[in-house]
Amino acid sequence: MKRRDFLFNTIPAAALLPEVIDGYSVKAFNANSPLVQALMRGDTLTDHVLVIVQLAGGNDGINTVIPVADYSNYFNARSNVAIPQNRILSIAGVNGTGLHPSMTGLQSLFTEGKAKVIQAVGYPQPNFSHFRATDIWMSASNSTQEVYNGWAGRYLNYEYPNFPTGYPNPDAPDPLAIQIGSTTTLTTQGPIVNMGMSITNPTTFYNLITGTTDPAPATPAGKELTFIRTVNQQTQKYATVIRTAANNVPTQGTYPANNSLADQLRIVARLIKGGLKTRIYMTSFGGFDTHSVQTNTDTTTGAHATLLQRVSDAIRAFQEDLRGLGVEERVLGMTYSEFGRRIKSNSSIGTDHGAAAPMFLFGTSVEAGMLGVNPTIPANANVNDNVPMQYDFRSVYSTILQKWFCLDKTTVDSLFPPNINTQLQNLPLIKAGVCTTVTPPPPPPVPDRVKVLYNYPHPFNDDTEIFFKTEGGHTMVQVFDTMGRVVAHLLEKDYTGPAQDKVKFEASGLPTGIYYARLQNGVVQHVWPMMKVR
Amino acid sequence: MDRRDFLTARRKKRTANQEATPAQTFRTNSGISPYTGPWTEQEIIHLLKRTMFGAKKADVDYFRTRTMSQAVDELLTPTAPAPAPPVKEYTTSTQPGTPDGNIAQGTTWINDINNDGTVQSQRRASYKKWWTGVLMNQDRSIREKLVMFLVDQFGNEALDVNSGNWAYRQHSLIRQYALGNYKNLVRDITKDLMMLRYLNGYLNVASAPDENYARELMELFTLGKGPDSRYTEADVKEAAKVLTGWQINYTTWAPVFNSARHSTVNKTFSSFFNNTVITGRTGATAGDLELNDLLNMIFLQNEVAKFIVRKVYRWFVYYTIDAATEANVITPLADIFRNNNYELKPMLSALFKSEHFFDMLNRGCYIKTPSDLVVGSLREMNIQFRPATDWDTNYGLWNTFYAWMVNLGQNLHDPPNVSGMPAYYQEPAYHEIWINSDSLPKRNQFTDIMINSGYARNGFRVQFNCVAFAQTLSNPGNPNDLIDEALKFFFRNDISAQSKAQIKTQILLTNQQWDYYWTNAWAAYVSNPTTANFNTVNTRLRSLFQYFFNLSEYQLA
Repeated sequence: MKRRDFLFNTIPAAALLPEVIDGYSVKAFNANSPLVQALMRGDTLTDHVLVIVQLAGGNDGINTVIPVADYSNYFNARSNVAIPQNRILSIAGVNGTGLHPSMTGLQSLFTEGKAKVIQAVGYPQPNFSHFRATDIWMSASNSTQEVYNGWAGRYLNYEYPNFPTGYPNPDAPDPLAIQIGSTTTLTTQGPIVNMGMSITNPTTFYNLITGTTDPAPATPAGKELTFIRTVNQQTQKYATVIRTAANNVPTQGTYPANNSLADQLRIVARLIKGGLKTRIYMTSFGGFDTHSVQTNTDTTTGAHATLLQRVSDAIRAFQEDLRGLGVEERVLGMTYSEFGRRIKSNSSIGTDHGAAAPMFLFGTSVEAGMLGVNPTIPANANVNDNVPMQYDFRSVYSTILQKWFCLDKTTVDSLFPPNINTQLQNLPLIKAGVCTTVTPPPPPPVPDRVKVLYNYPHPFNDDTEIFFKTEGGHTMVQVFDTMGRVVAHLLEKDYTGPAQDKVKFEASGLPTGIYYARLQNGVVQHVWPMMKVR
Repeated sequence: MDRRDFLTARRKKRTANQEATPAQTFRTNSGISPYTGPWTEQEIIHLLKRTMFGAKKADVDYFRTRTMSQAVDELLTPTAPAPAPPVKEYTTSTQPGTPDGNIAQGTTWINDINNDGTVQSQRRASYKKWWTGVLMNQDRSIREKLVMFLVDQFGNEALDVNSGNWAYRQHSLIRQYALGNYKNLVRDITKDLMMLRYLNGYLNVASAPDENYARELMELFTLGKGPDSRYTEADVKEAAKVLTGWQINYTTWAPVFNSARHSTVNKTFSSFFNNTVITGRTGATAGDLELNDLLNMIFLQNEVAKFIVRKVYRWFVYYTIDAATEANVITPLADIFRNNNYELKPMLSALFKSEHFFDMLNRGCYIKTPSDLVVGSLREMNIQFRPATDWDTNYGLWNTFYAWMVNLGQNLHDPPNVSGMPAYYQEPAYHEIWINSDSLPKRNQFTDIMINSGYARNGFRVQFNCVAFAQTLSNPGNPNDLIDEALKFFFRNDISAQSKAQIKTQILLTNQQWDYYWTNAWAAYVSNPTTANFNTVNTRLRSLFQYFFNLSEYQLA
């Protein structure tokens, strides 16, 4: 080609790139996009989901995860509520510790290698007040600190710093966190706004997806109330994505009836499978403040037994549903309670507020089994004895943020109080390799008939090869960044005839983000987006 | 589109039956016989939410010591002096040709004649901030709501006229007549400088009459455009002639009648006006004499009283006026209004003491205006501002709240056009116009901000103090009583016991089961108000109030 023609066919370096490129809209990948910013940090490409189950009231850990190896001390400390030894359920791969007889569902998860129990999770100077202790668990503060935002809120604020301004947007179209069954809590409170959205109860959810409003009286006041509620629903900015996600899932597995935790988890499974990119779901189940009549005369039954059965059955049904829906790999579940209960029972056939208690994790990515040892039960337990902490709950959160949400340690440390953050342990909770296989977004569909321009690997870290097809003649391959600047002029030559070739794009010195390979061949040009990640 | 075209376009929409009844009416047959039912907090709160901005607990407690009749009488008989005039909170601008450096900051500009556009735009802003402050500090009477109603009734736009001074004057004129004689108000406002300017009265000359004011006088200020208002285009033209000759003296800021520009012919009106002929006058008194004749003629029409009463009804009661309400409420109230020579007070007294006003079907159906929401919520949460000497802080904060009302669709003394705020005339939606997918989230955002951070100026912060509010209740330690009592003020429509229980558990108890956890937390704070104890109850109360204010029920009064 003559130089004159070449110049005529060249586009200037700073020219506009086409609006839509093989399904990626140019607008979506601009420097201000949170996605791009996250890519710059190299931590966000994850579709992992955390489901938090709050057991509100202070769950009696010693009757939930029972120290079988120390049974006689256990029995002596709390004979009026102690579980008979022959009724305690075994935990696969664990000796000397068992589960409350109600928790057959959870037991089967242990058997399948999908559950972990962490013994004696707490924090220094535990607080015995429900309100304060709950705030501590939600904010991850130290016992004497007042922190007005939540650990998950700080994490989400790190990932999505301008929320809610500019949200939803094409990169983050879905709620960042969803609380089901309660109003938004401290857990997702960010530094300025609450990062989560609440669906206060399942009825609200079903109203939202079907567009119904609560019935109102047949009066003028009722008429206006219905009008305002309708507008309210329409302005719920996530209503559409939630509705769409919900409608993507026509069937689910079976869940136990009369089980409010099951009702909540059913919705969570539906939204995960339905395609929401929401990372954190919170559910809540209360009634654990069993100061009195914790059990019946048959101690395997009664108030606490019923609660544990509901929790266990709901979690099992949830896990089964996720498996059936094919999204099991993406989900990690966690239970917590604001404190455990006293080692020694009281005379009302109950237990009073205690300190450390076990946490359960569940999902296919957990390192199954038990972490920690049975809490020591004194031979002559008195009313002041409490379960001492083996693990700080902040270590559990920190491990999840690093090993499940794939954040780097420095970032994670910054989300916790400065005097303890470097002491937090990296606990063996999650299987190895979960974070290194970062799930990339699906590659744009390549038309079968012609694979004119593409790259591999996709995405890439340092280099990638750009494969192209030319019809012959003048052929040029360049790379542009999102600002339209040419960052590499890889190839320019004349081919005698149609050919397939490749050229290497070395990008080790370049920032992460989107780059566009551009092929120009005669009067034809193709553009192909490529993604560099850390 | 000039104002005339716009108004013509609007009129076309209204040629259909003005009082078209919606499919479901659930209206009532109650009339204006005096209400004799129970006089409890429910009735007091209903009355205050309509006649004032929000129902402050202190006001509710006060009226519990009065009978219904006494309460209405007191609300209609303000004893507080008129509010102190606006002061110059702005700095003398270097831009204008004639800066107002002669007025010191902190002193009033209302008597200073200055025609400069920059100065006047500063004073317009000053006026708006001042008026917002007047609303926030309203006296225990209906006065502020009536002033707002009447300013909207006459629908002038301060921005259009660009005079803070004249806007304040018109406001003062209206304030003077708020519980007085409506006919005299119409007479005097005809010659008000802002009105003369806004509706072109000052340009209305015999050689080429300008019909703007004549038309609005009939269509918007007296007769309306309903089926029983049958004035003709010719009537408008004749009225325009009556009104010729008025001018504005920009040096003295006084209306001036120029007889040389006045039409001296006889003005003949249609059969609707019984073919009245207004004798053309000459000389200096012609303008006033003919104006009086014109108003006498117009106000002879029965429809005037009905039209005004319907406006009052839509402002204070509800927007649907069906046949029963027209017959049982509008017509008899109009009779009272007319028979009292258009004194507003007897008619208002009859309305607010009526069984219709206290009818259950008329409670809780009024969508709060932006001013009800912004001013009402601040009053109900007992927000105090600084003493008058700290005008800088006050005007700065009032400006924030004025801006919020604008953001929600209500710009004091600057309606979209002379028809006033659409919520009060645009059928079929009327009050529902306040609520849409833009304004409703903003309303929630407003109360969220007031709870979470409020606004600060010069180190002084106004923010809802939920703990302090809870302390005014009779039994805040009991979570059920706390919720019940708070909702009495916040919601006119009850929510179910189940919802209240759920709210209590999820918010006040943070999902604990036992009420005594809240009781203990509250008691701990009361006996030992450390920061930690305060925070425990404060975080929960803030969540609770935020949740309440975000529910649809909160938008109704």
